[in-house]
Amino acid sequence: MAVLTVNDLTASYRKNKVLNDVSFNVQPGSLTSIVGPNGAGKSTLLKVMLELHPKLSGDVSFFGSTLNKMKTRVGYVPQRGSVDWDFPTDALDVVLMGLYGRVGWLKWPKREHREKAMDSLEKMGMADYAGRQISQLSGGQQQRVFLARALVQEADLYFMDEPLAGVDAATEQAIMTILNELRMKGKTVMVVHHDLQTVEDYFDHVLLLNRTVVAHGVTKDVFTKDNVYQTYGGTLRYMMEATT
Amino acid sequence: MSYTAWILLTASLVGLSCGLMGVFLILRRMAMMADAISHSVLIGIVSAYLITRELSGWHMMVGGIIAGLLTAVLVQWFNSRGVQQDASIGVVFTTLFAIGVIMIATQVGNAHLDVKHALMGEITFVPWDLIQLSWFGAIPEATLILIIVLIIVVIAILAFYKEWKITSFDPMLAASIGIPVALMHYLFMSLVSITTVAAFDAVGAIMVVAMLITPAAAAYLWTDRLSIMLILSGTFGVISAIGGYYIAVFLDTSISGSMAFATGIVFMISFLCSPKHGVLAQHFRTVKM
Ligand SMILES: Nc1ncnc2c1ncn2[C@@H]1O[C@H](COP(=O)(O)OP(=O)(O)OP(=O)(O)O)[C@@H](O)[C@H]1O
Ligand SMILES: [Mg+2]
Repeated sequence: MAVLTVNDLTASYRKNKVLNDVSFNVQPGSLTSIVGPNGAGKSTLLKVMLELHPKLSGDVSFFGSTLNKMKTRVGYVPQRGSVDWDFPTDALDVVLMGLYGRVGWLKWPKREHREKAMDSLEKMGMADYAGRQISQLSGGQQQRVFLARALVQEADLYFMDEPLAGVDAATEQAIMTILNELRMKGKTVMVVHHDLQTVEDYFDHVLLLNRTVVAHGVTKDVFTKDNVYQTYGGTLRYMMEATT
Repeated sequence: MSYTAWILLTASLVGLSCGLMGVFLILRRMAMMADAISHSVLIGIVSAYLITRELSGWHMMVGGIIAGLLTAVLVQWFNSRGVQQDASIGVVFTTLFAIGVIMIATQVGNAHLDVKHALMGEITFVPWDLIQLSWFGAIPEATLILIIVLIIVVIAILAFYKEWKITSFDPMLAASIGIPVALMHYLFMSLVSITTVAAFDAVGAIMVVAMLITPAAAAYLWTDRLSIMLILSGTFGVISAIGGYYIAVFLDTSISGSMAFATGIVFMISFLCSPKHGVLAQHFRTVKM
């Protein structure tokens, strides 16, 4: 059974249609990259699936059910630029936020929650920075904190918006190790990804998106020159010719 | 209690409630919203008076909450229809405030409810308007209302601390883990409204903005922890309120104006001296390097 099924999903910002008849489904234990040019609607797709932005039509089902019933099984890592890093809080606290849904109404996080958050930071190699104000972390460290926060949710399906953007090689490896571990455990991960060079190495599935699905499937079948050109239109050809 | 003691207590309560609410206002980047609500609650207060024909703090409170929420809803609505956030705030509150002013001028004609009072407040009148509590004795109505509002504010912050924290920091994550972001927003707006209405008698619509924003902005400069920021902001609010009173006595001038002025002084000191963001600290850091 598919972990995620998307049917004819359409969405817009005011009158400007951003997603058009997007349909695909995702199998458990897969690691999928969502690839497309800037403004293709990748972030919007994640938001619409998670009901953070309204859809115009179509439907999305999680584990054969609705998002509402499956919320605890779905984790989300927003684009790093989407939060205020000057917020008065430290790394451990940010990770702890991943557990707020589970702490419950009118309750405060307990020691067990704190320990869980700390374990997760440690897993991302960030234990030494637990008490550091988040604006005093480097971009890569901030991304690790976001990943730690996702891990602590112990979800079965993860959506991550550009977790590899602006991180150095070491952080990139650390994050990929974690993603592969998640896959080994049978979890499903969808990652918005920008680096076309690494798609084949890192992901077993790819979803080429530009307002609608250009192609979707196993990376080695789908990630072809033709499909990529079609997704990026003229811009990529121009870029590639310029660099070679 | 003496006349001065009542005024100091009332002013401190304003400083404390506003200081606490202000922290979330500035972290949610809604300083402008405070300005808007502080003005548009006027229409709620006047409407409450016109409907009930009495000047009761409780009726005003209800009117104020409705007006405050109306402001929040309208701003959101215009914003979702393509009007920029700050423009929609500007349009909504000036319009509602203008209607309030017209209603006062044409309908009310009552000495207790005039535009100047609404804008500037008159804390010196507060101790005269006493009500009797069987178990306590006489207490000014405005002070009693402020005590109750402070209790509500503190309980709400303790109850929804993590929800307001996460919806302020990362509303996307909050929504994705099932926290009702919109509900928390409107709950917060209701609290800002009741705080504003309660502070109205004492400091008026304009100065309440200073009490809401400035102590919190100063506290932000001193700490990296939300809990400490709340404590500092509340403390700064109280210090400004009491300090402002004595400045007013010393200079023989407006109390609410002096309180707002005192918040400005606290902010300037923080801006210059705070170890983290302070201008002096930064200066010395560069000199050392
Ligand atoms: N809040 C918004 N209001 C209006 N338009 C928006 C908003 N967010 C995105 N858009 C528009 O929707 C389109 C898709 O945006 P989206 O952020 O989904 O693209 P993306 O594929 O994630 O791009 P990037 O690679 O730059 O992150 C863009 O044309 C963008 O201008
Ligand atoms: Mg994006």
